[in-house]
Amino acid sequence: MEIEHVAMLARLKLSDDEKGLFSAQVGGIINYIEKLNELDTSDVEPTAHVLPMNNVFREDKLRSSLPREKALQNAPDRDEGFYRVPKIIE
Amino acid sequence: MQYEAVIGLEIHAQLLTDTKIFCGCSTKFGSEPNTQTCPVCIGMPGALPVMNSKAIEYVVKTGLAMNCEIPGLSRFARKNYFYPDLPKGYQISQFDLPLCGRGYIDISLNGSHRRIGLTRIHLEEDAGKNIHVDQGNESCVDLNRAGVPLMEIVSEPDIRTPGEAAAFMKKLRSIVRCIGVCDGNMEQGSLRCDANVSVRPEGQEELGVKSEIKNMNSFRFVEKALDYEIRRQIRTLQEGGRVIQETRLWNTERGITESMRSKEEAHDYRYFPDPDLMPVEIDPSWAASIREHIEELPDSRCRRYVAEFGLPEQDAELITAEKSTADWFEQAVALGGDPKTLSNWIRGDLAKYLNEDNMQIGECALTPRHLVDMLVLIKEGTISGKIAKTVFEEMYRTGKDAATVVKEKGLVQISDEAGIEKIVDEVLRKSPDEVARFRGGETKLTGFFVGQVMKETKGRANPKIVNELLRKKL
Repeated sequence: MEIEHVAMLARLKLSDDEKGLFSAQVGGIINYIEKLNELDTSDVEPTAHVLPMNNVFREDKLRSSLPREKALQNAPDRDEGFYRVPKIIE
Repeated sequence: MQYEAVIGLEIHAQLLTDTKIFCGCSTKFGSEPNTQTCPVCIGMPGALPVMNSKAIEYVVKTGLAMNCEIPGLSRFARKNYFYPDLPKGYQISQFDLPLCGRGYIDISLNGSHRRIGLTRIHLEEDAGKNIHVDQGNESCVDLNRAGVPLMEIVSEPDIRTPGEAAAFMKKLRSIVRCIGVCDGNMEQGSLRCDANVSVRPEGQEELGVKSEIKNMNSFRFVEKALDYEIRRQIRTLQEGGRVIQETRLWNTERGITESMRSKEEAHDYRYFPDPDLMPVEIDPSWAASIREHIEELPDSRCRRYVAEFGLPEQDAELITAEKSTADWFEQAVALGGDPKTLSNWIRGDLAKYLNEDNMQIGECALTPRHLVDMLVLIKEGTISGKIAKTVFEEMYRTGKDAATVVKEKGLVQISDEAGIEKIVDEVLRKSPDEVARFRGGETKLTGFFVGQVMKETKGRANPKIVNELLRKKL
């Protein structure tokens, strides 16, 4: 079922009730967006971005990084200077 | 049935920028874990990426050096997946509009030449590093590498043998090093290679089912892993089985590829254009100014050495593979050295010592001047070719010039005929048996007599005179 695939991609666990509920809701959203396909866009150039701007760059110049303590401050778990996470083997 | 392999490579090369692709954090390798991060590269909410222009330039430079089309417009996309080394939950990469389109690299293997097509080159951010502790149920994550600019070079499935795959990698490495966009260090992971490989009965047009091999971090492993995988697939087919599409890891210790046992579900990355980054437009004048900064490439240099210096192609290929070697060689030629003689020393003794010491040509004490001066001493007859090997090693180790080494070590060649004659007489007197056998027809004993004279003179006797005297006296 589509909703189970989407839930898996987002790492969400849904109950059977929720699956039914969200299936209907997501279906409704997609139908609503489908309206856009009614527009004739054959004469419109595809847009890469909503703003008419290209080439926004920075120079290759060093800036100071976060102190490690600050960077690790929000980590739920740590091991010395590392973030510690559940072991994941693909 | 005869089978042929079809191989395509995906090469990831870290760019030699000072800072990361979207923030000002350092890209330096080997620092303390998590000391080179900021809100942008660790994916703090609200932090926004800004493109490093140098990263764009380096990818375009690579594309131009590899004969790629440079489309005018390029953009970035999000590739969505969850993994602990990817803090944002997506990798910023490129999907439908890469910076470089089709191109090619020419390779040569055992004297034959082939052109390997490139599909595309795109720019993306590298992920962090997971360190798996042997036991235990946890992994440690270091995000210093997260956001280091990475270019992915994708080849067409034009490669047919493991040897060609290794030759392709070597040529690619030689080009990125020459133009200064990547250091090519496979051990440290700044150049990494994945391969797609399948087999099919010879003559069949349709492709077989492919597997993807990861984790080959040296030229030797690329060759070994592909060789193993091709044999495995052929064996599977011959036994009536079928190859399944999967990702396999090269296991260095066991010398085999192993299935990663991925979940059945195919990856679903849901690429979409990244709204945080503006498109990149490479106009012809920008491309032209990048092209101007491309150093002479190995292929062109190689052809020039054959034409200008009369070097054999194999010599020229070896010398031009590494830019610093080619520069060194040209300096020595400019100082008056004979190109072929220089090539022999560079590919022989010098390559051997550099290899032993794990050094680059520019890092050793020996200069082009030293070598050229030594060649003059040989030509003038001051030292013999054999002694030169000792002088060469001493110059290499100490950085002293040839004349100093010869003087300090007393290595001047003895060319005084009367002096040598005395020694020859002495040797002949001490070896009556050998003399008799020689006169009885065992002419190969000449080598023995020359050896004895050289022993007496510590290798300094002029071999030409020794040979002449022996011929006269025997």
